[in-house]
Amino acid sequence: MTADDLTLALGDPERVHRREQSAVLRVNESDAEALTGDPENPEDDHRMILNMGPQHPSTHGVLRLMLEMEGETVMRSKPVIGYLHTGMEKTAEGLTYLQGPTNVTRMDYAAPLFSELAFSLTVEKLLSIEVPARATWIRMLMCELNRVSSHLLFQATNGMDLGAVSMMIYGWREREEILRFFEKVTGLRMNHNYIRPGGVAADLHDGWRQDVRELLDMLPARLKEYDTLLTNQPIFQERLQGVGVLNPAEALALSATGPILRSTGYSWDLRRHAPYMFYDQVDFDVVVGTWGDCFDRYAIRQNEIRESLRIIEQILDLMPEGDYRVQNKKVTPPPRVRIDESMEALIHHFKIFTEGFHVPEGEAYVAVESPRGELGCYIVSDGTPKPYRMHIRGPSFVNLQTLPHLMEGGLIADGVAVISSVDPIMGEVDR
Amino acid sequence: MTEENTAPEEEVSEETVEEVDLGPVAYGVPVTESFGQTVLHPAPDQLIETVTVLQQDGFCMVIDLTVVDYLTHPGRTDLPAAVTPQRFEVVVALINHQQSTRIRLRVQAGNNQPTVPSLFDLFPGTEAMEREAWDLFGVTFTDHPDHSRILMPDDWEGHPLRKDHAVGDIPVQFSTTVGN
Repeated sequence: MTADDLTLALGDPERVHRREQSAVLRVNESDAEALTGDPENPEDDHRMILNMGPQHPSTHGVLRLMLEMEGETVMRSKPVIGYLHTGMEKTAEGLTYLQGPTNVTRMDYAAPLFSELAFSLTVEKLLSIEVPARATWIRMLMCELNRVSSHLLFQATNGMDLGAVSMMIYGWREREEILRFFEKVTGLRMNHNYIRPGGVAADLHDGWRQDVRELLDMLPARLKEYDTLLTNQPIFQERLQGVGVLNPAEALALSATGPILRSTGYSWDLRRHAPYMFYDQVDFDVVVGTWGDCFDRYAIRQNEIRESLRIIEQILDLMPEGDYRVQNKKVTPPPRVRIDESMEALIHHFKIFTEGFHVPEGEAYVAVESPRGELGCYIVSDGTPKPYRMHIRGPSFVNLQTLPHLMEGGLIADGVAVISSVDPIMGEVDR
Repeated sequence: MTEENTAPEEEVSEETVEEVDLGPVAYGVPVTESFGQTVLHPAPDQLIETVTVLQQDGFCMVIDLTVVDYLTHPGRTDLPAAVTPQRFEVVVALINHQQSTRIRLRVQAGNNQPTVPSLFDLFPGTEAMEREAWDLFGVTFTDHPDHSRILMPDDWEGHPLRKDHAVGDIPVQFSTTVGN
């Protein structure tokens, strides 16, 4: 089909442009290899296709890029993914609903609690059960702390990618403090399997308030140090401002969510605009950018840490007493003591851990605002104790589509800043 | 007495006829509700039209696109009477930011060679999602600009998330040919 045919078929030159000349390099490797140029020929366009990654320090794991270069300038590009694909959606079909969170928590390993949350909320929707208030507040506390730790990880790697190597150490240091709190609560630094259908795995430990208070006292001062080190630093600003610009219309068309969408000045945060859990009871601001460039995406994450700390501060006051999981014997394992006393409890315990609990037939989609954007979970149940189909809408996977558009026409050195500002977690991209 | 008796009977019969014939309809296609979310059931050839109307109606983003293979669960009960269940179902989720509402489309894509039109021209953000759906389920998206595998290697055979693609029956493939 020629360009003219396409114009006729689609009736819109803009659509033709998007298909034919857009920033996305739609060519596979063997075709790219067959393309040859003649360096002696002045008629030749001197474009070359360059490979970057997957083993590259700035690609956050195993992202690989095919870049069409004209000198130092990136013309079109194509993210090549799948190096971490382990078929987690297929694995989920073989796990019971109680085992499910152990699987999804390994997708976005920088913000594992959000995947557990989306999964658990979807299962609870299918079961039509409501978790106790304390369980929901614990979930919110843990998720906001996780958002902080995830954004700190971004600050660390973003600084590292741009040559501010000391930022790597600082970001990691603060993140470790939060992970230490996670370890106290969940037993693990990462991949917690803490948020489960029906509530959370364990109540907060004695003295958790003191631990959270210490984090709240420590972090704002450290954020100020980051401002001195990075935000107000001319070299850093020069490196990010005006690089990788996206406008709101493009971001919406490309289904971008999270800080990428908000950096364009478009205010959309599920916590505010489609509140779930108790986000309508806490006070916080949605941070938006102005220019949609790398600096805005950096600044949004920096300020979202502050907003999350504000939310955590309020949760300290609002945390009610009560149960940390729903007392529904079909869903929640009985306490250890009850097993010795009651035959029924023993049967429930046995059933839940061998067969699992049955979830009524149906399908549901629930979305939460993860540090990277909308994290959705779609589950189809056929009435058995295992999901018939479990799909995770990973924000990193969808947001990665903006990468060619952000890199188009920029220098390859800026490409590193752009990849970093998209903040893809490859475990979630490939699943 | 007889007049009174016949009048309500007529009304009842009219109602039942309507329900059997159409069922509830929104945007010109059958509609159901699932846990408070509206679910539309367009046929593949109605998909572009329906999504175009939804786009004009304020649904500004395709938030998710995926496929379910109903091979081993054919008797699902949540479809409206007007829709014939088929093996492959394409599920498209759209979001309206102004009213902060969501809508889901469940398209019966076929039993053997599932095919639906690509939504790329309306929402370019579906490009990667449709490639994933092709890669893992083998659903063809007509007029897709880059109809290729995205997660699996280019020389992989089969579509691993199909229900008849058993877990663990294929040894790990180390790609020797030049692929994607």
